[in-house]
Amino acid sequence: MAGNRRDFLKLAGLTALGATGASSIKATKADASTGGGHAENSSDGVRLAMVIDLRKFTKNDALIQRCIDACHETHNVPNFENDPKNEIKWIWSDDFETAFHSQEFHFIREDLKEKPTLLLCNHCDNPPCTRVCPTQATWKRESDGIVMMDWHRCIGCRYCVVACPYGSRSFNFKDPRPGIDEITVDYPTRMKGVVEKCTFCEERLARGLEPACVEVCDNDEIIFGDLNDPTSKVRQVLAERMAIRRKAGLGTQPEVYYIIDDPRTLQEVAPAAVVEVAEGGDHA
Amino acid sequence: MYDAGKIIVGLVVFVVLATSPLWINVLTDEGPEAPTIVYPTNGSTECVESKEFMIPNHMDLLNEWRDEVVRDGTRDYVSTSNGKTFDMSLSRTCMDCHSNKAEFCDACHTYLAVSPYCWDCHVEPKGAN
Repeated sequence: MAGNRRDFLKLAGLTALGATGASSIKATKADASTGGGHAENSSDGVRLAMVIDLRKFTKNDALIQRCIDACHETHNVPNFENDPKNEIKWIWSDDFETAFHSQEFHFIREDLKEKPTLLLCNHCDNPPCTRVCPTQATWKRESDGIVMMDWHRCIGCRYCVVACPYGSRSFNFKDPRPGIDEITVDYPTRMKGVVEKCTFCEERLARGLEPACVEVCDNDEIIFGDLNDPTSKVRQVLAERMAIRRKAGLGTQPEVYYIIDDPRTLQEVAPAAVVEVAEGGDHA
Repeated sequence: MYDAGKIIVGLVVFVVLATSPLWINVLTDEGPEAPTIVYPTNGSTECVESKEFMIPNHMDLLNEWRDEVVRDGTRDYVSTSNGKTFDMSLSRTCMDCHSNKAEFCDACHTYLAVSPYCWDCHVEPKGAN
């Protein structure tokens, strides 16, 4: 037979190239369709999010403590003061500079650097914590995007604590009950050896109530609602104002937004240009 | 066998002594005291299911409730015995009537030497105990 080791090798090489080429193209397409998009999995459903208006919080603001207390009392979160190793927190406050260190606000005024910023679980659209859980004790709820916790199932491996880039998860190194001043009967405590975090007050939402931290605000300092509903308050606010998210560059798609602009400044600078663009859009 | 009489007598004495708790129980007819369950005093007469179902099956029902509420987010339970709808909640529904954990839960659980871990986290109503 003429030749045929060389021909055979050529043919085999081409076939292999064709096969790997086709599969890698497919893989790239799949990546593009799932990555980056917002609420890809449930664009028809509800996607709960929170908007925190940083301008409305000032240093030593009693409101910050009210939000924290409301949450921690509702959910039996222990208070181990002066004991950072055992600290449990669902919602807490830190300097603006610390909270947004990756954004590098280099030269802003000292008082803005120190601006108190409420921090909590971001209920990411692409949560790294749920991927690493070996028992599915934490997972992203399909119906509204809340990153849930099942304390019955948590085995305390703490992978999720490591995976969360926001420090939103706390581990009970010791029995939390001695640290709770007055136990709320309606809500369970946790036990030694489980991880806990904010759940967007899913138990209150189920009864038609707002999250506890939102409820104590009386001037829209914290706004809560459905991102997939264009008429919702969160969407309206996000359309009008400049909002940033913590470590958005990591691709976790956090769902807690922080408004940093002053609405008056926006109105002063932009109106003419905005109207022009809108009209151009209408004609086209 | 040397000293057969002494050994046999000794053995008999030992067996009688070792099994004496059993004999005493049988002869005096006093078993351990069976628990008395205290039923709700708030006027409620209906449980989420019949008493005959609840006594052997409450633990399975509670496990189902737990999974449905936490994992699936459903909170309404429709009773198969009376068709009413209940909130699937240990502290809201069960303990609303059976508000005394010591007299209701613990009475049987202690008698049977089972220690369910519900109360490691869930909180019994105030005022009880």
